[in-house]
Amino acid sequence: MSRDKILAVLRENQPELVPLPAAMPLARVEILELQAKFKAMAEGIGSTVHLVDEFASIEPLIAARFSGEKRIVSTVKELVSAVIPAFELHPDPHSYADVDVAIFKSSIGVAENSALWLTEDQMGTRVLPFITQHMVMIVPLSALVPDMHTAYQKIGEAGYDFGTFIAGPSKTADIEQSLVLGAHGPRSMDIFIYA
Amino acid sequence: MSTTAKTHPELSEVFNKDEQRVNWHDETLWWIRQKRDKSAHSIPEWEVLREKASQIKNNALSNLAEYLVSFEEKALANGIIVHWAADAQEHNQIVHQILQKHDIRQLVKSKSMLTEECHLNEYLEKQGLEVIDSDLGERIVQLAKEPPSHIVLPCIHKKKEEIGDLFHQHLGVAAGTSDPQILTEAARVHLRETFLTRRAALTGVNFAIAETGEFVVCTNEGNADMGAHLADVHIACMGIEKIIPKRKHLGVFLRLLARSATGQPITTYSSHFKKPRAGQEMHLVLVDNGRTVQMGREDFRASLKCIRCGACMNTCPVYRRSGGHSYHYAISGPIGAILAPNLDREKYADLPFASTLCGSCSNVCPVKIDIHQQLYKWRQVIVQEGYATSGKKMSMKIMNYTLSSPGVYKTAGKAGRWVLKYIPFAVNNHFNPWYKQREMPEVPKESFGEWYKKNVK
Repeated sequence: MSRDKILAVLRENQPELVPLPAAMPLARVEILELQAKFKAMAEGIGSTVHLVDEFASIEPLIAARFSGEKRIVSTVKELVSAVIPAFELHPDPHSYADVDVAIFKSSIGVAENSALWLTEDQMGTRVLPFITQHMVMIVPLSALVPDMHTAYQKIGEAGYDFGTFIAGPSKTADIEQSLVLGAHGPRSMDIFIYA
Repeated sequence: MSTTAKTHPELSEVFNKDEQRVNWHDETLWWIRQKRDKSAHSIPEWEVLREKASQIKNNALSNLAEYLVSFEEKALANGIIVHWAADAQEHNQIVHQILQKHDIRQLVKSKSMLTEECHLNEYLEKQGLEVIDSDLGERIVQLAKEPPSHIVLPCIHKKKEEIGDLFHQHLGVAAGTSDPQILTEAARVHLRETFLTRRAALTGVNFAIAETGEFVVCTNEGNADMGAHLADVHIACMGIEKIIPKRKHLGVFLRLLARSATGQPITTYSSHFKKPRAGQEMHLVLVDNGRTVQMGREDFRASLKCIRCGACMNTCPVYRRSGGHSYHYAISGPIGAILAPNLDREKYADLPFASTLCGSCSNVCPVKIDIHQQLYKWRQVIVQEGYATSGKKMSMKIMNYTLSSPGVYKTAGKAGRWVLKYIPFAVNNHFNPWYKQREMPEVPKESFGEWYKKNVK
């Protein structure tokens, strides 16, 4: 069996046990102004950031911005209206191939890189944040953390089945290093931060 | 992969024929190197981060067998089917068998340098299966029937006009198109169609976590996710060295990976796969293919710490001016030149010599692998084991003789200066490998020894 052979050779060849480094997670050296840092990073990688005073003002902004789009789905229960239908679960992920706009709420936003954490239960279904043409992320100001270490501290031992950090719209620079937004997934990302 | 027995100097000679392209390749990669610098310098604790990453990897390697067992146990409990492959052939067979079991003849792949190392595409195509690479750069080189020339930027050697020609031929784009936006849009349409019709998707693995049995895949395009979340069967393939002990360690590695690779603060998607989707089958293949042997080589063990960011290539003056294909191994550049001789000393004997030993690679490595020192050590092993070329052996003998005798050294120096001054054509010709793509230096009137004698009383 390859398994046992691999493990046997490995045990034979691996060096003496060295300990893990102490002081994990790392302390960040610089102090970040979270909202400003997050916004600057997000805009630097192609997202649009909207700062709003309260949750209630987000719905009309989204409705106005995407008034021309055909299929909009919201996985955020508090953000469903006459123009923004609620997400409905279908067993076949292919049925979301024609989604134009999908709306999600993230519980962690990382200021140092503008990555937003989403778990499967916040996605509706796994493929949705990738297959939609445009993506809207809603994040409360209190969800911002300075860096990846604090993000993982917050995630802790959470029992998600699938989770992902998303930083901006899908992108590629494979053709002569020219940055193009919308490689396979969303062409745009709008982030609403509310107090 | 090239089946020719050509060496790095011979293959780089082909690349070097087009001087403008060499300059363009050099400048493009240096620009990415500069973006890396800017990004690294934006984090005050960057050096602490590198040190932590290095220490975590040292711990992971020193306890790899136990971490693998723990990872397997957790992954199985999560509902992932785990396989072990001793070598490339077994890996390819496992993937093939999974596809056969489901009667699937078409596979969509996300980037995995491991499957390049194992030549999976060729293997599956020989069995009559269709494989489509979905990373844009990989799709481009696949259409051109070439291997990737860079582990992060697979088609960095291609001009947009050449890509336009390929897309005209294969994807029906109008002749003469070279706009990256239009070309990317054409690929988007073609690949979305592929994702929506494939029942099996294969992805690589960037990190696997012993503590939880989950694995992380990082992409900018979202192609790994599009493939995996639409397919009935998801196969993930990883080298056994990709294990890290705990989930929280991702905080260190995700901060380093993209910054070192392209200068981005993080990849667009860092996806954590812990359990298969409802109704989906998820397989994970753990591959050795020489890694356990490399673990036993104390001098080269640290090469297993590599997180495949490509920073060493972008900074390497030899890689930048000779192109990835001149390395004739799946992983080009400095790190590939350490990994390749582990698999086949004779076939890859030339690669550790494709370095100036300037140390730039070691300086940018996010996990602090002593890359240039390992290249230097491989040279010694290769010469000792008799794999050096006859020309290299002869010139080293002459060098040894000259440098160990002051009289011969002085005479040789004088003769050299005389030749360069009076009969330059004796060395400025194609028989002299140093003259290739290089001007010979202007000769000084006297040697340093002669000058010293005159000026220092």
